[in-house]
Amino acid sequence: MSDIMLEMQGVSKKFRRGQLHDSLRDLIPALTRSLFTRRNGDSLGQQEFWALKDVSFQVKRGEAMGIIGPNGSGKSTILKILTGIMNPTSGEKLVNGSLSALIEVGAGFHPDLTGRENIFLNGTILGMKRREIRAKLDDIIEFSGLREFIDTPVKRYSSGMYARLGFSIACHVDPDILVVDEVLSVGDWAFQNRSMEKMQSIVNGGATVIFVSHNLKAVTTLCDRALFLEHGEVKALGPAHEVADQYISRVARQAESQTSTDKDAFIESVRLLTDSGDLSLVTPGQKATVEVTIRAPRCREPLAVAIAFRDEDYSMFFYVDSARLLSEALTLGPDETRTLRFGLDMHVAPGSYFLNVALTRPDVDELLDHKAPALKFVVHSDVDVRGVANLYPRLEMS
Amino acid sequence: MFDSIRAVADHRDLLFMITWRDIRIKYKQSVMGFLWAIFMPMIIVAAGIVIKLAFAVISEEPLKMIDVVTISVKSLPWAFFVASLRFASNSLVSNANLVTKIYFPRLIFPVSAVASQLFDFAIASVVLVVILSVLKVGISIYLLWVPVLLTILILIGIGMGLFFSAANLFFRDVKYLVEVILTFAIFFTPVFYDADMFGKWKTLMMINPVAPVLEGLRDVVVLHQSPDPFWTAYAAIVAVVGLLVSFVFFTRMEPLFAESI
Repeated sequence: MSDIMLEMQGVSKKFRRGQLHDSLRDLIPALTRSLFTRRNGDSLGQQEFWALKDVSFQVKRGEAMGIIGPNGSGKSTILKILTGIMNPTSGEKLVNGSLSALIEVGAGFHPDLTGRENIFLNGTILGMKRREIRAKLDDIIEFSGLREFIDTPVKRYSSGMYARLGFSIACHVDPDILVVDEVLSVGDWAFQNRSMEKMQSIVNGGATVIFVSHNLKAVTTLCDRALFLEHGEVKALGPAHEVADQYISRVARQAESQTSTDKDAFIESVRLLTDSGDLSLVTPGQKATVEVTIRAPRCREPLAVAIAFRDEDYSMFFYVDSARLLSEALTLGPDETRTLRFGLDMHVAPGSYFLNVALTRPDVDELLDHKAPALKFVVHSDVDVRGVANLYPRLEMS
Repeated sequence: MFDSIRAVADHRDLLFMITWRDIRIKYKQSVMGFLWAIFMPMIIVAAGIVIKLAFAVISEEPLKMIDVVTISVKSLPWAFFVASLRFASNSLVSNANLVTKIYFPRLIFPVSAVASQLFDFAIASVVLVVILSVLKVGISIYLLWVPVLLTILILIGIGMGLFFSAANLFFRDVKYLVEVILTFAIFFTPVFYDADMFGKWKTLMMINPVAPVLEGLRDVVVLHQSPDPFWTAYAAIVAVVGLLVSFVFFTRMEPLFAESI
């Protein structure tokens, strides 16, 4: 038995923009043309584009691989090719074992059927036998937390309940290979945590998992390796943390390249300084300074600089701006360069964080320039606390 | 070919559930529920009787019991065939969210569409059997032909369903085409009348492969005689060849379904 569960070898996929043929009038000339000209598979016709280009990777037994990338980068197309929903234009794929895919939570639910009925319907759609479902029915209902609504038609469910039921069914399928597309973002906070734990136990249980998500934290927690996809091409493939960092810095670079000096006012530079110098490595409790340099060649209006911190889930946990701190706005002369230093006590938990900086006009709430993320930094600590805030826990026992 | 059949067999639980879903949702939130499965074919039978009655009045011959029985025996399978074809043709498009999101053999959709109509047909048939026994139609050894004839009808239904469902996925025009064909097909199929009435034109009528099946059902159930061997064989061959051709077409097109729907 081979150890490679999934493999893609030089897979490319061509898609067409717009309609195939709008009408019979377009269809007939198109068909005649295709009869006489032999199309080369590698070339792009009119209105065609590569959704995937020369994608290769291998996933071994028991391995979890994450796929990250911006919207429209081809993540879902990879999944659709792996599952067999679509065939690649060129290249080879190999799937070794039973594969179950969760591409959309609750795909195949019928609104008129009750939760219980939909468990059976959706379960068989995802590849379970009815006998298996009957055995797992209680677990599925329990996990979804929808016991009292289980005999209600799902059209009466809230979208959160709908998603919870869908995820509960999917994570009880138990295939050799599980393919999951952005499903941990469903339900409330408690359910997300439970889903994450369940995913973790599936990974630990030795299943081979492909995990697509925008949640970098989830990807780096669950997966050993990750693949970074952009415009259908593999930009990076390797250990999940390294790939996630590459992804972030690429996003940051793109934000920078958009900054042009012909703006009315702009952020010239952003630095994070700690007592040990200009470092992106911070220890909890350390004093740090965010240094922002701005210029306003063509803007005489009052300005404000805002800084915000985000965690890996991109949720903001700290925000402050110069107008609040100074209780007045800044005005700069045409050739003037102003440097603002925000002194901060970094009472944050270990993890990776992003710093976003924005230059605004507080009077009219207009955004003049922004860097998001301006930089990424890592907080290291010997004590492993979770979350964002660091409350410096001490433990005494008696 | 055998791989695909095995794949469908492996997914028999799914086939069952999709069929069950289609049956279940059809009668959800309707007061009459499953009674509709009985009423709908009864209405068709009643329509046939009215037509026969009109014939009887015009030709000034009394309406014979045998005509009424014949109409019932023919119109139920016909109603099943029409509904199967209509439902199967739409089966891929109406399950678009599954076609684009989850992989399993797509053959399941048209096949389960026919299967769910078969369920209705089965209910209606039970009622028909009761009526026939009340009318003292009687039984004979020839009734053993009934499963054979119905199998031919089902195969024709699946074959056409496979073809039209795949074609409809690429060109929605097919849906309207099927509607038109089904609306007018009753004029070209011996449902409300018998092929024998056409004398030398009978051959033309029997080319339609559903015609020999309906005529055959009349022979074995009402007239207690064996069906015409030539035309029955013809219908069986058309059914099998049609199914094979549709099957090849369907499986060839299958990889394109998700991106073309």
